[in-house]
Amino acid sequence: MKKIISVTINNEIYEIAVEPNQTLADLLRYDLGLTGTKKGCDTGDCGACTVILDGDVVNSCLVLAIQTDGSVVDTIEGLATEEGLHPIQEAFVEKGAIQCGYCSPGMIMSAKNLLDKNTNPTEQEIREGISGNLCRCTGYQKIIEAIDSQKS
Amino acid sequence: MAVGKSVKRIDAVAKVTGRARYTEDFFEPDMLTAKYVRSTIAHGRVTAVNTDKARQIEGVEAVFTYEDVPQTTFATAGHPMALSEVHKDVEDRLLLTRDVRFMGDEIAIVVARNELAASEAAGLVEVEYETYDPLIDPEDILAQDARPIHEGRSNIVGEHNYTFGGDVDQAFDQADHVVEGRFATAMVQHCQLENHIAHAYMDDLDKIVIVSSTQIPHIARRIVGEALGMPLSRIRVIKPFLGGGFGNKQDVVLEPMVAFLTLKLNGRAVQINMTREECMLCTRNRHPFYIDVKTGVMNDGTLVARDMDAISITGAYASHGHAIAAAGGSKQSSLYPKAATRFHARTLYANIPVAGAMRAYGTPQVIYALECATEDAARKIGMDPVEFRLKNVARQGDINLLSNKEILSCGLVECLERGRDFIDWNRKKKDYEQFKTGPIRKGLGVACLSYASGTYPVCVEIAGSRIALNQDGTVHVLVGATEIGQGSDTVVAQMVAQTLSFPYEDVLVVQAQDTDVTPFDTGAYASRQAYVVSNAVFKAANQLRDRILAHAGIMTDEDPKHLDIVNARIVDNRTSEAVMDMKTLAIDSFYHKERGGQLTAEISYKTTTNAPVFGCTFVDVTVDIPLCKITVNQIINVHDSGVIINPVQAAGQVHGGAFMGLGAALSEEFLIDPESGYVYNNNLLDYKFPTFTDVPPLNHDFVETFEPTSGYGNKALGEPPVVSPPPAIRNAVLDATGICINTLPMSPHTLFSAFKSHGFLDGKGGQHV
Repeated sequence: MKKIISVTINNEIYEIAVEPNQTLADLLRYDLGLTGTKKGCDTGDCGACTVILDGDVVNSCLVLAIQTDGSVVDTIEGLATEEGLHPIQEAFVEKGAIQCGYCSPGMIMSAKNLLDKNTNPTEQEIREGISGNLCRCTGYQKIIEAIDSQKS
Repeated sequence: MAVGKSVKRIDAVAKVTGRARYTEDFFEPDMLTAKYVRSTIAHGRVTAVNTDKARQIEGVEAVFTYEDVPQTTFATAGHPMALSEVHKDVEDRLLLTRDVRFMGDEIAIVVARNELAASEAAGLVEVEYETYDPLIDPEDILAQDARPIHEGRSNIVGEHNYTFGGDVDQAFDQADHVVEGRFATAMVQHCQLENHIAHAYMDDLDKIVIVSSTQIPHIARRIVGEALGMPLSRIRVIKPFLGGGFGNKQDVVLEPMVAFLTLKLNGRAVQINMTREECMLCTRNRHPFYIDVKTGVMNDGTLVARDMDAISITGAYASHGHAIAAAGGSKQSSLYPKAATRFHARTLYANIPVAGAMRAYGTPQVIYALECATEDAARKIGMDPVEFRLKNVARQGDINLLSNKEILSCGLVECLERGRDFIDWNRKKKDYEQFKTGPIRKGLGVACLSYASGTYPVCVEIAGSRIALNQDGTVHVLVGATEIGQGSDTVVAQMVAQTLSFPYEDVLVVQAQDTDVTPFDTGAYASRQAYVVSNAVFKAANQLRDRILAHAGIMTDEDPKHLDIVNARIVDNRTSEAVMDMKTLAIDSFYHKERGGQLTAEISYKTTTNAPVFGCTFVDVTVDIPLCKITVNQIINVHDSGVIINPVQAAGQVHGGAFMGLGAALSEEFLIDPESGYVYNNNLLDYKFPTFTDVPPLNHDFVETFEPTSGYGNKALGEPPVVSPPPAIRNAVLDATGICINTLPMSPHTLFSAFKSHGFLDGKGGQHV
């Protein structure tokens, strides 16, 4: 049976009926049309579906939508503003940290979370901080350069 | 000048904002979901299927088995149609099969209103089998009494034999030394982040529309027609943004089935969205190879003879089959063109998952064995491995004796010199002398590569480009070249901007591929796109430039030869003064009542050359013997890929390839049960492709040559970087330990066995070193 939850996504409050077995990733993608969040494995291994839930990164394929009742969720769609891209998005563009782009939304959310919590990470801290996100195109090199360029 | 500049990717903003739409981001009303019923054995024949329970699940719309599909076999390889029998692909697939050839083979399919119902119902389809022993080991597959995996066909899919450079046996007889080695490579997988996915529906004209994550939209269209016995013109394939392919999507995997299902279900949209586990097990992978190499060498360091005998395992179905071994072997002739060389390869069916195209198409396996053998030969005569290669590798002006074509651009010698300097070879060689004993050892390694810029003369190389001037003075470009993340749309825009002398921002490349709209091109594979499309784009852009200038001439009453385009303005080339801007010209061409028209140019061009590319990897490693662990301290790939169109994007290709090579060298392999054919690790947790914390900083350099057969001097780059890291690392481990590890990956498991057999470890946790 569906249950109504109230969840704030990208600063908007949604009251929405969810199935008890529905994941947050599926809620975002299929019910709300927020398809920027990607799915690469559905088992929490690849990180493509990374979003920020109450200030921490999660694999949204491993979170049930019903668990997010009363929570705050930030997805890739909420990052850019009317003024333009978020500086981390800008850095990914500038440094050539994108190829196929499928991992990029999740990667950028992890990078944002890392930099929100540690404004001046070392290279090793960057590598560890986003090691839950897999990329098969870039060898990670330019992603690290992009994040490194955003240190304070 | 747009070529040579690191302009921003055309699609970068769409991708960082999440706005780029991939196949799964397109929804059709009432779209159904289909799930395969897969075999639970590796080899056998289905004796009974019962779908009754599955049909009773709520939401199930249909169940089809092998009895319901067309009984015409078709080939799935993403090759252009071959007009000659020799190069024809093997037609050994049905949409669903009664004969089971690997664990995961497709016996039936369930269509339901949602994924959950489809999965549940697929699990309730009851299948009974007559089981046969799985054939996995080459010796068993080749045994006289081995059961044919495909009835009526040999278990040898293809065999290939060639020599070049003179009498090979005589060359071995005259060699001062003959060095032999046996090598094996593992089955690895592409692991592109976006799994295989496609959906199909019928439009209002009863045409089948297939939206698919494919590298080969135009080829997929033809193969769907062949599989379903339908005219190609009734099929339309659309490729949206694509989340990585690496060759795995150079094969038709889902397209014929989704087309079949929508036909059966009155045109309703049906989607197949593979799980990661399915995608790893049931799409394609890299052929495992077993290779014997013999090398003849003179005391002065001249490489005189080479003999390579390879077995390639294609698994349950041919897919790209023997083309892989043939293509891999052919790269030797452009790397070491002077040695008398013999290559013999056989490709075998086996009851394991299906191999297909994967980044560099057989070359990583062959060059791995070749570059390990080259190292062993250099060591045999006590020559520095870099000097040995400098003495023997290809140079500009050499003749590739396999193709009988002159090598028109080659910067390999400089690649080796630059790599040697970067890694500080000479100093470290001395410093590391003190690390050749004890538990922690250090070494340096090098390996070279050669690759091609397309598939000609084995396949046709055709590319199309259409450019149209817009009313606002910008241009739209349609190409058949397929953007899959490698950045081809961006470099096409750079090429057009260069030739038209337009700002890069004014060149708009249409992103999605649509076979009803985009010109014919065979797709993204063989690192062919920038090379092959360059000629079509160069010609089309020049044609449009001439038409723009002709119209400017009409408008100004000037001879067009006195006019030029500079930065999207018409300029009088005698005075350098601007005559008009492009928008003024465009508006006139569109709306003047008596003159002009929409100014367009369209070219379909066949490239009949194939430029070899070159490169090398240098590595510095530490080997921890008790931990059986290799640490790559430093790595650089240096490439000659002709003119580099976009340095930042090109660097990304090199990093990504080197990273994939590191994975293949150190950790990646499918673990297959030798008795049952079961794959233990078809998921991203247990299949170890490197994470952020597993790779060292990746370095790259380019030796830019100018390739005269290419529109902009450029050559292939996408695949080559994956080739040379594994042999370079193997050679560095040999340098560090004195042990030849001739099996990939060089995982702790492999190292443990090697160290134990050499007495470095006692096998009980103690150590001898």
